[in-house]
Amino acid sequence: MRSPLIPEMATQEVQLNETLAHLKSESESLKSKLEEERAKLHDVELHQVAEKVEGLGQFVMKTRRTLKGHGNKVLCMDWCKDKRRIVSSSQDGKVIVWDAFTTNKEHAVTMPCTWVMACAYAPSGCAVACGGLDNKCSVYPLSLDKNENLAAKKKSVAMHTNYLSACSFTNSDMQILTSSGDGTCALWDVESGQLLQSFHGHAADVLCLDLAPSETGNTFVSGGCDKKANVWDMRSGQCIQSFETHESDINSVRYYPSGDAFASGSDDATCRLYDLRADREVAIYSKESIIFGVSSVDFSLSGRLLFGGYNDYTINVWDVLKGTRVSILFGHENRVSTLRVSPDGTAFSTGSWDHTLRIWA
Amino acid sequence: MCIKVILSHCLKFRKSVVLEMQDPKSGVKSQPQRLVITAIPHAVTGEDIVNWLSERLLVDTEEARSVGSMLAALGYIYPLQQHKRLVIRADASLYRFQTPYFWPTQQWPVEDTDYAIYLAKRNIRKKGILELHEQEQYNHLHKWMNHKWDFIVMQAKEQYRAAKERKKPDRVVFECQERAYWVVHRPPPGTVSAMDFGLERRADPNANQVQGEETGKLAHSSFLIPLSRNFSRCSLFSVVSLVKYSSTYQSHDPFLSRPLPSNPWHTDDATYWTLNSHNVETPTKQRVERWTFSFAELLSDPRGRDDFRLFLKKEFSGENLAFWESCEDLKWGTAATMKEKAEQIYKTFLARGAPRWINIDGKTMEITIKSLKHPHRYVLDAAQTHIYMLMKKDSYGRYLKSPVFKETQKKAIAPEEHNDSQLEQNARTRRPSLSPIVLRQLEAERRAKMAAAAPVDITQVMSKLSRKPQ
Repeated sequence: MRSPLIPEMATQEVQLNETLAHLKSESESLKSKLEEERAKLHDVELHQVAEKVEGLGQFVMKTRRTLKGHGNKVLCMDWCKDKRRIVSSSQDGKVIVWDAFTTNKEHAVTMPCTWVMACAYAPSGCAVACGGLDNKCSVYPLSLDKNENLAAKKKSVAMHTNYLSACSFTNSDMQILTSSGDGTCALWDVESGQLLQSFHGHAADVLCLDLAPSETGNTFVSGGCDKKANVWDMRSGQCIQSFETHESDINSVRYYPSGDAFASGSDDATCRLYDLRADREVAIYSKESIIFGVSSVDFSLSGRLLFGGYNDYTINVWDVLKGTRVSILFGHENRVSTLRVSPDGTAFSTGSWDHTLRIWA
Repeated sequence: MCIKVILSHCLKFRKSVVLEMQDPKSGVKSQPQRLVITAIPHAVTGEDIVNWLSERLLVDTEEARSVGSMLAALGYIYPLQQHKRLVIRADASLYRFQTPYFWPTQQWPVEDTDYAIYLAKRNIRKKGILELHEQEQYNHLHKWMNHKWDFIVMQAKEQYRAAKERKKPDRVVFECQERAYWVVHRPPPGTVSAMDFGLERRADPNANQVQGEETGKLAHSSFLIPLSRNFSRCSLFSVVSLVKYSSTYQSHDPFLSRPLPSNPWHTDDATYWTLNSHNVETPTKQRVERWTFSFAELLSDPRGRDDFRLFLKKEFSGENLAFWESCEDLKWGTAATMKEKAEQIYKTFLARGAPRWINIDGKTMEITIKSLKHPHRYVLDAAQTHIYMLMKKDSYGRYLKSPVFKETQKKAIAPEEHNDSQLEQNARTRRPSLSPIVLRQLEAERRAKMAAAAPVDITQVMSKLSRKPQ
């Protein structure tokens, strides 16, 4: 009795394809309309406005500390608010808390999974969050007792359906924002593990996120494999702005210190700056000699410098306003996978696939 | 990240620059070189490669060498001597350009079968020629490819026989090329490989995906949102403000102007951090200057906020800041205590006759009280924004002109710059600092002491009495 059903199903399938095709063409026409509208606006580039700004002098930046102790690729790191401690995570599942100033290791945790791609320091400095291939984000309260097994007090907070790519505490130890390979971001309550809000809109893995600096602090930006950078309202879960000018995966996004713009780093070997109020890209940071992707970006305290860690083992320092490269730093012996500027801007730290972390100043 | 992604981007650059390098007129100069007893044609020195790249890409020699090494790591250039180390040395070391057949961008998958054939072929040529790691690989492949082994040996023999029919120079060149190819794709242990891509990402944006209806709709709706907003026609203004922000903070950026007394990472002296700690009695002049940049700056610095709180107390408008802080606590706090907190805030700040009643306009008050019936963490957003703006536009300006601020400004210290002579000694006496865990304990103890010693707050007592059942 199957034959009468088949023509029906066939018609349904045709209808579905038609709807899809219709949606797709409407999508394309909306996209070009959007580009038209954006182009109509005064198309000013940042470097044009910054023509009269004084140029930067010579820089002497070098490695001030090298942190050795990970047995495999370092994948992520974060600074503590005390400006000298850092937490780092690696491919072999180890998460280490260091006092970068003395290079002493203070705490260590072994995760039950490998590829711990995300880690974050709690604002109080008394806990760390991490996750990766276990699809979860767990919070470990730190303890001064050297004999205590930190894994015993661990709290499993976030649960995704694919790998955890990034995590960040909000303004307190009580909430965590996560992004995942399952294409979503989510906000969680640490104490209960409850999902407070989820953010859907990326069409592929979400690789990075950054919270907006505090004044009106209810938004964050995320970047993904769909080449899009999306700005989200934490309260409603809505995507309020979207930018798609990169030609490949966006590996890192970071807000400009004023919160009015953000930078992104991508596998297409460029970094770009997007102005939120002008609603468009206002600068591209690229050079013919740079052919490898950017894994991680961060701004100096004033926002004048943009540091980028690249997959060709180097760090490039850009003059944000003028769009020129002011310095290139060598030292790592494999990909630079993570880069963060310290909370008071006195140094920046890089983590690399060569198993080490370096502090530069 | 997919192999396709990492290799497809910048394909144009690599192809064009690598081809340019080989141009007989304008490329890197090459000549035949004698290697052992055979002459190898078209060999180039590392030094020439570096110089050519340096000129072409307008970079210095160190960067040119780095770019060259990347091209070698990917397999576009290979060394004739020390063939296992895929780096460019800027000296007379010899290199050749890899034949396009073996370029990684050719996108045919690197099969274990091919590797097995290659190793078998070398074994036929001369027994015992395989290196230790190659021998291990060979044994491993022999084990799990056992069912194909006859085919592999047959192919190896065939290729070996075909190679013998070539002229010796061609044969030597091909052997070098093939060997280089396998160094890239089966790197010797302990070397860094450019073919190491890390974790595979779930989605390859370059693939023509058949999107499900749901993702199609999502992509569709994401464009509707931006179009429906009012575009800011002041994009020039916005970009200018980015420039202005940078200029304002330039003198505070440790990478652009020296922090006083010194950057701890440069001199190993942590005085800069001690002088700028959270609860320091006397802040530095730099720090106080930042409080004048914006209200957000003042609030985000705990020492600044304390100063502002002191000023508000003198003006009898401390409840505004207290309300704002309670709202922050509600927004970012645990879900479990949220309802309780919201109620407490209502009783303390919003209810009629509340002990610390805040002055917000009627409409906001109405909306807030209505939403408090079903509290959620953003329930006080409207009221919080109103109070924030009030403080920003009114109190902040008066604070900056107030005696409290002027006093703080006067007392602020300007530390003297450290001289460099102490460096070595400092490095030896690097001290650890108190763990944040300890600091948190100390802070909690301090608060407990203050609460115990504090005079009775009459407003608290009154509110407690009013709550008691009559």
